[in-house]
Amino acid sequence: MALTREQMAQRVAQELRDGYYVNLGIGIPTLVANFVPQGMEVMLQSENGLLGMGAFPTQETLDADMINAGKQTVTAVKGASIFSSAESFAMIRGGHVDLTVLGAFEVDVHGNIASWMIPNKLVKGMGGAMDLVAGADNIIVTMTHASKNGESKLLADCSLPLTGKGCIKKVLTDLAWIEIDEGQFTLVERAPGVSVEEIVEKTAGKLVVPEHVPEMTFA
Amino acid sequence: MAGFDKVVLSYDEAMAGLDDGMTVIAGGFGLCGIPENLIAEIKRRQTKGLTVVSNNCGVDGFGLGILLEDKQIRKMVASYVGENALFEQQLLNGELEVDLTPQGTLAEKMRAGGAGIPAFYTATGVGTPVAEGKETRTFHEKEFLLEESITGDFAIVKGWKADRYGNVMYRHTAQNFNPLAATAGKVTVVEVEEIVDVGELEPSQIHTPGIYVDRVIQGSFEKRIEKVTVRS
Repeated sequence: MALTREQMAQRVAQELRDGYYVNLGIGIPTLVANFVPQGMEVMLQSENGLLGMGAFPTQETLDADMINAGKQTVTAVKGASIFSSAESFAMIRGGHVDLTVLGAFEVDVHGNIASWMIPNKLVKGMGGAMDLVAGADNIIVTMTHASKNGESKLLADCSLPLTGKGCIKKVLTDLAWIEIDEGQFTLVERAPGVSVEEIVEKTAGKLVVPEHVPEMTFA
Repeated sequence: MAGFDKVVLSYDEAMAGLDDGMTVIAGGFGLCGIPENLIAEIKRRQTKGLTVVSNNCGVDGFGLGILLEDKQIRKMVASYVGENALFEQQLLNGELEVDLTPQGTLAEKMRAGGAGIPAFYTATGVGTPVAEGKETRTFHEKEFLLEESITGDFAIVKGWKADRYGNVMYRHTAQNFNPLAATAGKVTVVEVEEIVDVGELEPSQIHTPGIYVDRVIQGSFEKRIEKVTVRS
C-alpha cells in the first residue's frame, strides 16, 4: 500500500536527531512536527524569523504578531528566538539548519528540484524555497511518486523550471525512500506491501535496485 | 521638530514628498507587521506609477492590496504574491509588472542596499529562471549569482515602540522585513503603536537605531490576521 500523508511524515521523522534545528515546508513536511520521537528535542525554524516554533495558540493567546511562514498564527516554545528576515535567511543560506523538508513537483537524477512554477499557469512566487534548497546540506523532499495521471515525478531531467540545481540527495515518496548520487536514483526502502516492480515502473529516471530492498518499518 | 526629534503628527506629513514613479520599500510578511496606515495614506494621496518592494502584496482590500484598486503600482518586487485576485487580474492584463525574487535574496537586497553594498553573490537561484541574465561566478567550486541590492525613495515600516529619536523595537514576528526596509529608504517612515520618551527603551534592545529613521508617527492598527489557526 502507498503511504498515507501521516505515514510519510512519520517516516521523515525517523531522520530527526536530538538537537536538530529543522525547517519544515508547507503540506506533508508540516506534519513531521507531530511525529517527533518522545524524549527528543528539535527546534523548528520558520523563515519569517522564528526559531523555536510551537503549537497553534488557543483562542485566548491568539496574537496577530505571532505567525509562521505559512501565515498561520503560532506560539513560540521556551528557548525560542525571533529575528529579522535577513537573519533568518543567513541561518538558512549559511547552512546552519540541520534538516530541511519540503515538497516538490519533480526531482531528477542530477538532484535538481522543480517546485514553484508551472509554465502557462499563474505563478505566485518561490517564497523562500530557492534559498532553502541552495543553503541546506541535508534536505528531504516529500512528494507522491507519480502524478494522478500516473506520470512519474522522478525523472531523468526535470521538465519544469527549477527551484534549485544539484541540491537534492534524499526523496521520500508515498512508495519509496530514494537517494540520489552520481546521476542516478537508488531505491533504499519501499513502502510496506509495495513491490519493487511498481516502483521501477513509476520511476522515469535511472533507478538502481539493490538485491534486497527492505520495507519501511513504523513503530 | 528640533534636534533628533523625528515625531510627526499627521499621516500627510509622514508621507510628504512621495511622488509618482518613486520606489517604496515596505516591511511586513503577509499581513503581519505591515505599515497599514502608511499604505492607506499612499492610497489617499493617489500616487501613481510606484515600484513597490515587499515580500508580499497584501490581500484584496487590505495592506498593499489596496494600492492595486486604483492601479497605483506599476511594478511589484516580491517573493510571493498569492491570495490576491486583483493582483492576478492586473498581471494578466499587462497593467502590472512583477519581479519575483527569492525571499532570502529579497531580504539581503534590502540589507545590502541599506549597508552601502551594491551587489552580492548568492547560491540562491543558480540554474533557475531567477538566474537569467545575471552574472555568475565560482567560489570554492560552487556557482553563485550576482544580485544587485535595492534602495528606495521611501521605506515604510511598522514598529511596536519607538522613542522620539526614532529608535525602534518590533514585536514578535512582526519584525520580519521591517528593520531591513528601515535601512534602505532615502526617507524612512516608521509608524508605531506607542511613542515613548527618549531613554525609556533599553539601548541594547533597540532593533532599528534612530540614525536610519526620518519620521515617526503613532497610529492605531487593525492588525488583521490572514489565517487564524488555534488548537482545539
